[in-house]
Amino acid sequence: MLISGFVKGTVLHTSPFSVNKLRLAFIAFWFIWTALQAVVVQRLGFDWSISIADGITFNTILAIACFLVSNNLRYYLPQQDRYWYILLWSIGFSAVSIFTGRWVLMRFFGDHPFYATFLVDSLLIRSAVAFLMIGCMATISVLWYTVQERQENEQRKTDAERLAREAELFNLRQQLQPHFLFNSLNSINALIGSRPDEARLMIQQLADFLRGTLKKDDQQWASLSDELKHLQLYLEIEKVRFGHRLLTEVTIAADTEGLTIPSLLLQPIVENAIKFGLYDMTDSICIRIQTRKSVGQLVIEVQNPYDPATATAAGGTGFGLNSIQRRLYLLFGRNDLLLTKAGSNLFTTTIIIPQQND
Amino acid sequence: MIKVVIIDDEPLARSMVSEYLQQYQEVKVVQECGDGFEGLKAIQQQQPDLIFLDIQMPKINGFEMLELLEQPPAVIFTTAFDAYAIKAFDIHAIDYLLKPFSKDRFDQAMQKWMEQYKTGTGQEQVKKMLEQVPTSPAYQHRIVVKVGGKIRIIPVHDIQYLEAADDYVKINTAEGYFLKTKTMNYFEQSMDPHQFVRTHRSFIVNVQLITRIDPYEKDGHLAILKTGGKIPVSKTGYAKLKQVLGL
Repeated sequence: MLISGFVKGTVLHTSPFSVNKLRLAFIAFWFIWTALQAVVVQRLGFDWSISIADGITFNTILAIACFLVSNNLRYYLPQQDRYWYILLWSIGFSAVSIFTGRWVLMRFFGDHPFYATFLVDSLLIRSAVAFLMIGCMATISVLWYTVQERQENEQRKTDAERLAREAELFNLRQQLQPHFLFNSLNSINALIGSRPDEARLMIQQLADFLRGTLKKDDQQWASLSDELKHLQLYLEIEKVRFGHRLLTEVTIAADTEGLTIPSLLLQPIVENAIKFGLYDMTDSICIRIQTRKSVGQLVIEVQNPYDPATATAAGGTGFGLNSIQRRLYLLFGRNDLLLTKAGSNLFTTTIIIPQQND
Repeated sequence: MIKVVIIDDEPLARSMVSEYLQQYQEVKVVQECGDGFEGLKAIQQQQPDLIFLDIQMPKINGFEMLELLEQPPAVIFTTAFDAYAIKAFDIHAIDYLLKPFSKDRFDQAMQKWMEQYKTGTGQEQVKKMLEQVPTSPAYQHRIVVKVGGKIRIIPVHDIQYLEAADDYVKINTAEGYFLKTKTMNYFEQSMDPHQFVRTHRSFIVNVQLITRIDPYEKDGHLAILKTGGKIPVSKTGYAKLKQVLGL
């Protein structure tokens, strides 16, 4: 049994006997049961010495049997459909216990005329009691170990989920678009010849933006004003790239400045709006960003113009909002924090950030 | 004189190219364009010998723009990071410039073009690539066609079915049909196979419009569309349809 338990890869659980409270309960139970049995035997007309010896012998052997059964189950927990194992064990263990008990007591008190007959006569009832007790112990043990196994599985599952979530959040945060980086470098390259001062400024902005992205990689939350500064750098760079085609309008409600937002969440949304707008329209476009506070939540709206006729062909909701949706879900466990609305020629992306301290 | 058109949605990227071109005295930049529509018009009016073309641009991308030209001019592609396009260029041995590019690299591309200009081989490679490579990495969500002088962008969900017609493919929509010089295989491969199923050698059908499939002659079937159209379904086409529809 022991070997097969290991072969099956059963995890070694802590036995119920290792818990102090339970150990005490078992010992108390043993005392009470021993005392009861001694009293019953004594009242049938035997000496106290015989009665107590009877109680102690049988109950000690039963206790050992219970311990063995429970320990066995620790190494080998039968599966759902194999509960008859427990039944067989209980029968086997109780039979062995009773015969051992009888043998021990016969050695000491075999010459007592009435006790020997009494011992033989009472074997059936003793067996029944032993079977009940060992059966109970086995059942308790099975329940005990099953609960433990379930808890361990649960623990492992939550651990795995937590790890996966952290890794995923990390990946979702650091999404620097190579397209953006290379095009910015290309713009700088063009500026170096004709307008070196502007080239220098853009290099500075790009460096600050990249530094901000790297710094924010290891933090999950940022203040809205920090995020807006970071966003501003990004917008300045994009304006150099796209020239007069890109206009922006940022309106920040005063009571939102101190609120918090998951770091690097806003910039990809604006980036998405810019791409969506610029690649869907040939005229100049204006990106509008607005923040407001509503029932303890930070609400940010990003608007871009679009052409409903061709945008439906592009899948409707724009390019890269899936990772934003996923990130909000991982952080808050909610799927209703990112909303999009396709108006007649304005596309609105709204994010709602629940505030932790409210 | 060599006429050049530069098509890129970023003004600085265009000025970079014209700056590098200043040294080439025989070259003249006849027009700079910020999107594919402008580019198309400029190419038709100016008949340039060479164009510099970006891939990601407003409305239609560089590939889609070239597709609309019957005789595309020689092209030097300029791109920042379009893994998809770069793979297509590499497969078809087409030269391209990765932004930001150096003057040396630019000169090298010009050198190569000059050689091809004399022999006229470069255009053929581009043409071949356009025939084989879908215009975007994902399944096509739109098809760009030219009707008369105008450009139409057809969202794929407006398409009822496609039908082979000699060297063309007939794209049937509620408004009538449009022709495109492509093969049935091209469409079969570039469109989402869960939405468009090739039911027959000459037919690809939008499965969302199918209301009924009736047996027809020996081994064959007919797919009946909501619009009333009847599309032939071959034996293998029927197997594909059953799979997509989960029958």
